[in-house]
Amino acid sequence: MIEVKDLHKSFGEAHILKGITTTFEKGKTNLIIGQSGSGKTVFLKCLLGLFDYEEGSIAYDGEVFSKLSEDKKRDMRANIGMVFQGSALFDSMTIEENVMFPLQMFTKLSKSDMRERADAVLKRVNLPDAHKKMPSEASGGMQKRVAIARAIVNNPKYLFCDEPNSGLDPKTAIVIDNLIQEITEEYNITTVINSHDMNSVMEIGEKIVFLRNGLKAWEGSKHTIFKTDNEVVTDFVYSSNLFRKVREALLKEQ
Amino acid sequence: MQYLHNIGVYFLMTFEMFRKQTKWSVMKQLILKDVDDLIIGSLGIVSFIAFFVGGVVTIQTALNIDNPLIPKYLVGFATRQSIVLEFAPTFMSIIMAGKVGSFITSSIGTMRVTEQIDALEVMGINSLNYLVFPKFVALTLYPFIISIAMFLGIMGGLAACVFGGYASLDDYILGIQTDFTPFHITYAFIKTLLFAFILATVPSYHGFYMKGGALEVGKASTTSFVWTSVIIILLNYILTQLLLS
Repeated sequence: MIEVKDLHKSFGEAHILKGITTTFEKGKTNLIIGQSGSGKTVFLKCLLGLFDYEEGSIAYDGEVFSKLSEDKKRDMRANIGMVFQGSALFDSMTIEENVMFPLQMFTKLSKSDMRERADAVLKRVNLPDAHKKMPSEASGGMQKRVAIARAIVNNPKYLFCDEPNSGLDPKTAIVIDNLIQEITEEYNITTVINSHDMNSVMEIGEKIVFLRNGLKAWEGSKHTIFKTDNEVVTDFVYSSNLFRKVREALLKEQ
Repeated sequence: MQYLHNIGVYFLMTFEMFRKQTKWSVMKQLILKDVDDLIIGSLGIVSFIAFFVGGVVTIQTALNIDNPLIPKYLVGFATRQSIVLEFAPTFMSIIMAGKVGSFITSSIGTMRVTEQIDALEVMGINSLNYLVFPKFVALTLYPFIISIAMFLGIMGGLAACVFGGYASLDDYILGIQTDFTPFHITYAFIKTLLFAFILATVPSYHGFYMKGGALEVGKASTTSFVWTSVIIILLNYILTQLLLS
């Protein structure tokens, strides 16, 4: 579980995060949603420890990250898996080498054990025959799956995904969403996903935090988001024609 | 003020690249890859340029010596001095700033743009140690390239001299042996080692701290070449003043 308390982050005069308090639960897919410029990416980078923050705290299973020693921070980072928006695969390595990379850095496994582990996770993300390909030879959907495989290969406790569906067709996007949700349940990890894709919200939003202008405007789940009266949220959710029509149909039924 | 800030960041970067070492089993592979990319991969162009520029230096020297009282062996002497003292260590380093420097800036810059550096940092890896340190170690072999450039430059001069009919083989060989000062070789290698450090770190700095997209990677490569060249030229002047005057 990740607990965030009163998180503030500024860049010069610009106050980006203005006191966010929330929790991300273990074994669930937690979504951070909001419009562009609402502070989602800054929030995610604070959670990952890539940005320092001025006030507040972030605790990973009770341990406040900023108060840990450098060695403990390093140990903690070995428990974090991250799927970047553009996949961020190392383009000088094959897909198999990309997946084996965290094992090489953080474990003392033999080469054959690493290969075995990489093989297992590549099979898990439905890429059983892609080992020797270079990332540039893989499609966008494949690259995302490799990024997920790399993120989970070292059995992390926390999985972060920055817009995992961006640039993917709707069908592949659903496959990726489902894969993340299945892995979250299977590995019992705390997953935090940064998204503005309403399809993802509908599919996997077990816990949703809605950000607006650096503040938490709403918190709930995929079951409650369509029932909320919060105008900021409804304005965001029903900005799509499709969802607006679905809502009108639902209201008519009622 | 911005220049001072950038210089400060550069020195912090050079300090940081020695901290939090990456596992040796991984680092070994990175160093070997960089030796291949930066040293072995440069041998062809360095050999080609050194041989022909050596030839041109000899021809121009020979053509400018029209006084019959000046001995012919001075062609070999002048070629050796030009190649060993300046051409091989300094001007070859400017050429390498274009070849190796641009490669380093663009490869690290692309990693920055495509979030690969963020991926390393999220994993708790010291990205400066992982990316810059192997290049620094690989470029400690840079004097090897410069030795080849010196040898081929003098050989290019010999070929031009003999086949162009500017002096006899014996005269040229006498010239390259005349007044040989071993300290000149030491001076050339001291310069080479310092230029190697500049070649590894200045382009890495420009790649690592770049902001923006693909267009900025190209701009960063150009800026990196300009600054690497400027620093090499200034350092060359300071070292020559300190070591030879």
